[in-house]
Amino acid sequence: MSKRREGGLELRRFLGSGDSNLLQLSLITLATFILMSVLVPDTFLTVRNMRSMSFQFPELGILSLAMMLAMLTGGIDLSLVGMANLSSVICAFTFVKLMPKDLPSDQVVLFIVGVVILALTLGLLCGLINGILIATLHIPPILATLGTMQVYTGAAIVMTRGAAVIGFPEQYAFIGNGSIAGVGVPLLIFLVLLLGLALILRRTAFGMHLVLIGSNAKAARFAGIKVRRHLILTYMTGGALASIAGLIMSSRTNAAKADYGTSYILQSILVAVLGGVNPSGGRGAAVGILVAVLALQFLSSGFSMLRYSNFAKEFVWGLFLLLIMIVNYFTSGESREK
Amino acid sequence: MNTLSKNRLFQRNEFWLLCLLIVLSLTVGAVNGAFWSANNLFSLFKSTIVTGIFALGVFLVIVSGGIDISFPAFAVFSFYITVKFLLSIKYTGTILLPFLMSMTFGACLGLVNALLLSSFQLAPLIVTLGTGSAVTGFLRAFVGTATLSNLPQPLIDFSRWNIYKKTLADGSIVSFSGAFLILLVLAILIHVMMKRTTLGRGIYAIGGDEVAAKRVGFNVKRLRLFVYSFTGALAGIAGIIHCSLIRLANPRDLEGAEMEVIAAVVLGGASLTGGKGSVAGTLLGVALIVLIKGSLILVGVPSDWQKVVIGLVLITATGLTAWRSRRSDEGGRA
Repeated sequence: MSKRREGGLELRRFLGSGDSNLLQLSLITLATFILMSVLVPDTFLTVRNMRSMSFQFPELGILSLAMMLAMLTGGIDLSLVGMANLSSVICAFTFVKLMPKDLPSDQVVLFIVGVVILALTLGLLCGLINGILIATLHIPPILATLGTMQVYTGAAIVMTRGAAVIGFPEQYAFIGNGSIAGVGVPLLIFLVLLLGLALILRRTAFGMHLVLIGSNAKAARFAGIKVRRHLILTYMTGGALASIAGLIMSSRTNAAKADYGTSYILQSILVAVLGGVNPSGGRGAAVGILVAVLALQFLSSGFSMLRYSNFAKEFVWGLFLLLIMIVNYFTSGESREK
Repeated sequence: MNTLSKNRLFQRNEFWLLCLLIVLSLTVGAVNGAFWSANNLFSLFKSTIVTGIFALGVFLVIVSGGIDISFPAFAVFSFYITVKFLLSIKYTGTILLPFLMSMTFGACLGLVNALLLSSFQLAPLIVTLGTGSAVTGFLRAFVGTATLSNLPQPLIDFSRWNIYKKTLADGSIVSFSGAFLILLVLAILIHVMMKRTTLGRGIYAIGGDEVAAKRVGFNVKRLRLFVYSFTGALAGIAGIIHCSLIRLANPRDLEGAEMEVIAAVVLGGASLTGGKGSVAGTLLGVALIVLIKGSLILVGVPSDWQKVVIGLVLITATGLTAWRSRRSDEGGRA
């Protein structure tokens, strides 16, 4: 492992492809793409489909980045979708209840900026709660976030009584449906976050510390790393990312719901594992997330076009997750022998 | 009673759970007298049956140092296929076959979990997430999505099985479901197994320290195969009972049940790091969750709050457990 770190091309190091995982994953993604292009060429291989896919996957991608961070430290965050929905529900209520109906257009934009800041703050706050439960009270991450997931989702249910909240201003749709220079805004947001996280993980002491905490928390503590602070920051970042995903989801669907996208939890874990994150911590790459989320999107879009039910997708995803874990087991076994 | 055993009593998680249970019952009863009505109490007991059997399975898995979130999916798969098959052959025999069938399906699926876990050394959370999703997807995509409400006669008869039944003066009927006995029998069986047999000791041992258990001579792989298959079988039993009691076979049922059950088991004192927990604690945890869920409306809290309350209970319980275990032995895993 250390050998790989020392050598290798600079580009490869930046990509975070310490091992053959990214290459293998890229091949799987490419194969999925080709397979779908062959099976449904008229609908899959079109500009229209590419464009619509580019609007669909960023929200899952952002949630997966958050999941990756938690898993890097050897934890997990099951409350991500709960946080995303809670902050989007609160944003929706802010628009409905607080925004004057006859606000001039430029002030509406200002109001939206305010709401975005509110969402981020909420996300950070929810993440802070997760972080305190995990790092300060030492509750196992799976239980802590299982509990907060219930609380965040529950709070959103209490507020909405289970119904969808609508009534966003027109300009708000830009976040989820707009595009700049032909590229969708959600995709741009996702790419910026991805690049930012990749840089933080690869180039900063903070990123290195996270990986170290994940691979051996005790060693990290003895090395003088402030484990508690790092963990809290990790879950706070996760919360902020979740709230951004929430903004995109509510803007794209023009509604906020307490139970939107619950299957994203499984999918984000799947993407993180696919992307090369070791579930027991200590290894991961932001770029892997991009490739993995693309693979999942190709699979998902292709399946819809083949007119399979959503449930068949769930079936395939479950199998995919298991298969990738098994493949990883064998490839990592090989690398150990070298 | 000497001071030593007194101290031990106060240190026991079960003791505090029981106190909490009594205090909560008295509080709810004080706010709303309807709590103490036979009707309410019996229906609370009835609600513990399915959650309780699930919890016994999850208890075993958690004691062995693992986790299982696939059991609701397995339960639904088992009862739905069983019911569908029985309907197709117009089954009218005893209740034994449906139970055996559903149990076998569950056990086989549990075996798949165990094989994946031990053959490839995968994380139990990820494996059971994957198998749960695959099984749910398979069921709904290839077996059916329709809710079956015309259950086979044996299952309907089973739902009518009562230990106690009485028609009150106002014409309403109170009844105590016989299925509760199944929970009781399973609980006693598992309690004896865990406390009195080598098998049970082995399960505690691999959860406490796998390497040490191996050195002592326990067959870790075989124990794990047993635990996950047994949990699957329990899920199958719980599933068919659930389906019979509500008289519906709904393939979208029990979604999210894992949260509640894991909450109950952890509340009961089982530690996620393994090696700790008891059947009595698990049952008390289940009772507490059922009591809280069932009493919200009685004390005037809208049912919308259910999730929030359960979440808070889970966080408080795990927080307290984590705090106590840190106090008793420094250096617990984070």
